[in-house]
Amino acid sequence: MSSQQRKQVILGAYLGGVNHHTAWWDPQAGSQIEFDSFEHTARTAERGKFDFFFLAEGLALRERAGQVFDQDIIGRPDTFTVLASLAAVTEHLGLAGTINATFNEPYELARQFATLDQLSGGRAAWNVVTSFDAFTGQNFRRGGYLDSSQRYERAEETLALVRELWDSWRSDDIVADKDSGRFLARPDAGEFAFHGSHFDVSGKFTVPRSPQGRPVILQAGVSPQGRDFAAGNADAIFSPYGDLPDAVEFYRDIKARAVAAGREPGEIKILPSASFVLGTSEADAIEKYRDIRNQQVTGQTALILLEQIWNRDLSAYDPEGPLPDIAPDPEAPPIIQGKAFIHQDRFATVERLRAVAESKKLTLREVVIDQFERGPIVGTAQQVAEKIDSFVQNDGSDGFIIGSHLVPTGLDEFVDEVVPLLQDRGALRADYEGTTLRDNLGLAIPAEREKASAR
Amino acid sequence: MSQAAVVARTSSEGAGGFAADTARSRVVLEQEYRLMTSTFPLHLAVALDGAGWHPAAWREPHSRPSELFSASYWTDLVTTAERGLLDFVTIEDSLSVPTAHPFGPVDNSVDQVRARLDAHLVAARLAPVTRNIGLVPTVTTTHTEPFHVSKAVATLDYTSRGRAGWQVKVSASALESGQFGRRSIPELSEQDRESIVAGVLPDFVRDLFDESAEAADIVRRLWDSWEDDAEIRDVAQRRFIDRDKVHTIDFEGKYLSVRGPSITPRPPQGQPVVTALAHQRVAYELAARAADLVFVTPPGAEQVAPIIGEVNAAQERVGRRGEALRVYADVVVFLDADGESGQDRLDRLDALSGNEYRSDAYIFAGSVSALADLLIAWQEKGIDGFRLRPGVAVDDLDAISGRLVPELQNRGVFRTEYPQENLRGVLGLPTDVPNRYAAGTPAA
Ligand SMILES: Cc1cc2nc3c(=O)[nH]c(=O)nc-3n(C[C@H](O)[C@H](O)[C@@H](O)COP(=O)(O)O)c2cc1C
Repeated sequence: MSSQQRKQVILGAYLGGVNHHTAWWDPQAGSQIEFDSFEHTARTAERGKFDFFFLAEGLALRERAGQVFDQDIIGRPDTFTVLASLAAVTEHLGLAGTINATFNEPYELARQFATLDQLSGGRAAWNVVTSFDAFTGQNFRRGGYLDSSQRYERAEETLALVRELWDSWRSDDIVADKDSGRFLARPDAGEFAFHGSHFDVSGKFTVPRSPQGRPVILQAGVSPQGRDFAAGNADAIFSPYGDLPDAVEFYRDIKARAVAAGREPGEIKILPSASFVLGTSEADAIEKYRDIRNQQVTGQTALILLEQIWNRDLSAYDPEGPLPDIAPDPEAPPIIQGKAFIHQDRFATVERLRAVAESKKLTLREVVIDQFERGPIVGTAQQVAEKIDSFVQNDGSDGFIIGSHLVPTGLDEFVDEVVPLLQDRGALRADYEGTTLRDNLGLAIPAEREKASAR
Repeated sequence: MSQAAVVARTSSEGAGGFAADTARSRVVLEQEYRLMTSTFPLHLAVALDGAGWHPAAWREPHSRPSELFSASYWTDLVTTAERGLLDFVTIEDSLSVPTAHPFGPVDNSVDQVRARLDAHLVAARLAPVTRNIGLVPTVTTTHTEPFHVSKAVATLDYTSRGRAGWQVKVSASALESGQFGRRSIPELSEQDRESIVAGVLPDFVRDLFDESAEAADIVRRLWDSWEDDAEIRDVAQRRFIDRDKVHTIDFEGKYLSVRGPSITPRPPQGQPVVTALAHQRVAYELAARAADLVFVTPPGAEQVAPIIGEVNAAQERVGRRGEALRVYADVVVFLDADGESGQDRLDRLDALSGNEYRSDAYIFAGSVSALADLLIAWQEKGIDGFRLRPGVAVDDLDAISGRLVPELQNRGVFRTEYPQENLRGVLGLPTDVPNRYAAGTPAA
């Protein structure tokens, strides 16, 4: 058997949420906010030997032209709180939270992730995002926003400071010797100082070194700065590339950047998000998928998705007619607010959509159905397992962050039907081996700082 | 807790002769209320802080100092508290390592617990392993974002299914501001420290309290920014929410401005329980503006009534309406153990730490029956409940749940099972909380 040489497929599970993918209209759909839904999905993922559970984040409700979206799921819980509660009902599953580096302060973030790592026995991960818009800024004390050129600079400094804080304790700093009365090995345990252009701080960190030393770092964002930031800092990337040619190029690019930053290619994992549709036959699965897409992308949703590209009011256009014949307006105030805009050139995107419409003879809504989806994996369980495995073996990625359009039970069939097949192929663990998320991902625990001189 | 009595204690509006009458009848009603409640269930909570409130607590035989940062330690504590049917646990926190002297300089000694976890996340970790007990983490308002605090406590209310609270805390520490780095808080001078101890706050500290009241107001408004029935899931119309039931808060204060709405729907309790510890006028006013429940620290029985008087005066001054503040007295406890009196335990702990233990709260050392006497006596003077601070977390919490509670039950003053209610219900607060933004709710 060649299972030893096989790349292991890394699996994350996301709970679908704030977007048009999540089928709240399905009679089987459950709550998007009750803890039961999170618990069910996390337990299911753990049953399927997934590496981690993943939560996205958005710090303002989405609005269109000043009105809150009402057609999609809106509303979500606080990321840290849900993850800490999930730590109580899972044992091995990593707990990954998307947390914005612009609207949070490093001292607090470092404490929260270190605490989560302590309370979960070493299962915490931070997905660093840098969304920065002024609209979201109105919910915060710091207000305003950061110029886009500065957001990765701040993220870079935030992460450097957070690491400084995590490293301020050594694992042998707590002696807790009742007889001698010595609690700390050294008086300066937790001491830190950091002098940067965004942060100039010093003091003592409150959380002793956590089981992973440093919680796992994920990154999501594909601009050149985003890629360099990830290549230099992240343990894994949440990638938007689910089609093999794009994915392979991204994979090579990131691993090359990591090597240029002095790291081993295996030290950074690339994980596209993917939804899936299972059928009893391939035709059945494709039929189901068409049906789901058709429900997800109503005429109204199609227009809103295009408005995000055009940045214009497109409500006068007929979703069953052609694409709007006007040019995008990047300079106007944003019509859609509170939605992370993934780096792209609006004019080039419009060109591409027009070309697709032309060549495939598609209406506006059909173009959206065809183009606005990140790599769904569709087929029989056998086919889905095969696609996942071969995507990974062909260096399209190191695994996937999988989610279903149906909350919270959608992941069940994946775990029941696809997971055993991945295990049979030797691409997925039969059981957890280690205790931490780093163990799951095959990442080393970072070295500790040399012992400071005892004072 | 009697709802009628609560209502009678509530109002503070009005002026002139009519108001005087109302005030007098209120006094009468209050007296009747006291008589009635002397046989009513006592309210009991505990304050958890590391290995316990005594600095040498971690050295006790049953203490687990190397596990203070593990989930299993906290699970055992809260499970013990829940076995005693307590109202809630608070979990202490600060944005700096614990020190011997809260306003003192950095303390580099190695003989005490000098680390702590984020209390809110500890509470969240405990939510799924408990069923009835309230979870009230301390969260500082000074450096944090009210938007984050609001959704965090709301989410704790979801994951605990209606048992979340929050202990508001102000940070006037130069050390903490130096760790955040986005604002500078001056080092307290010797004179500042003396005046704080004497009950007079320096101006910048008063401003921090004022800011904290704004932060708490924002947190509460964000909780109300979604109406309970905003989520409609109207499949035919393809509308997930009724957007007219989701509101911006557009808060513009002296210190803070936040637009909203929250990203988190209104929590199960509507308004989770807000608490604050207070020792003097400015803090009583903060509690009166922001909280449902205040923790006070009478140094002895004689000061109970005057402190309640001060709390009531603070409520009048800030024009509090609706429910009166619930007043819980903090008491540090060292209970008699097998073969060793509470006082001997305290003396031994003092010898270990090398200092006589001092506290802002009354220190009780003795038997559970003497403590029961004290609680009942203070309750008769008008205290609504107690927050016991276990001198040694493991031992004294065990004694509270295992011996004090049965003693109180035998005397017929403590519940024998949890009411089937959320935390507000357990505390006797109204469980149907009007939403300030809903059409038809009278302006607050
Ligand atoms: C797959 C993927 C998922 C993302 N998820 C989130 C999210 O949950 N919350 C968020 O605020 N931003 C999210 N983003 C946005 C990016 O993290 C980033 O913050 C945004 O500013 C784009 O960065 P870029 O210019 O490097 O592409 C996501 C981006 C990608 C590619």
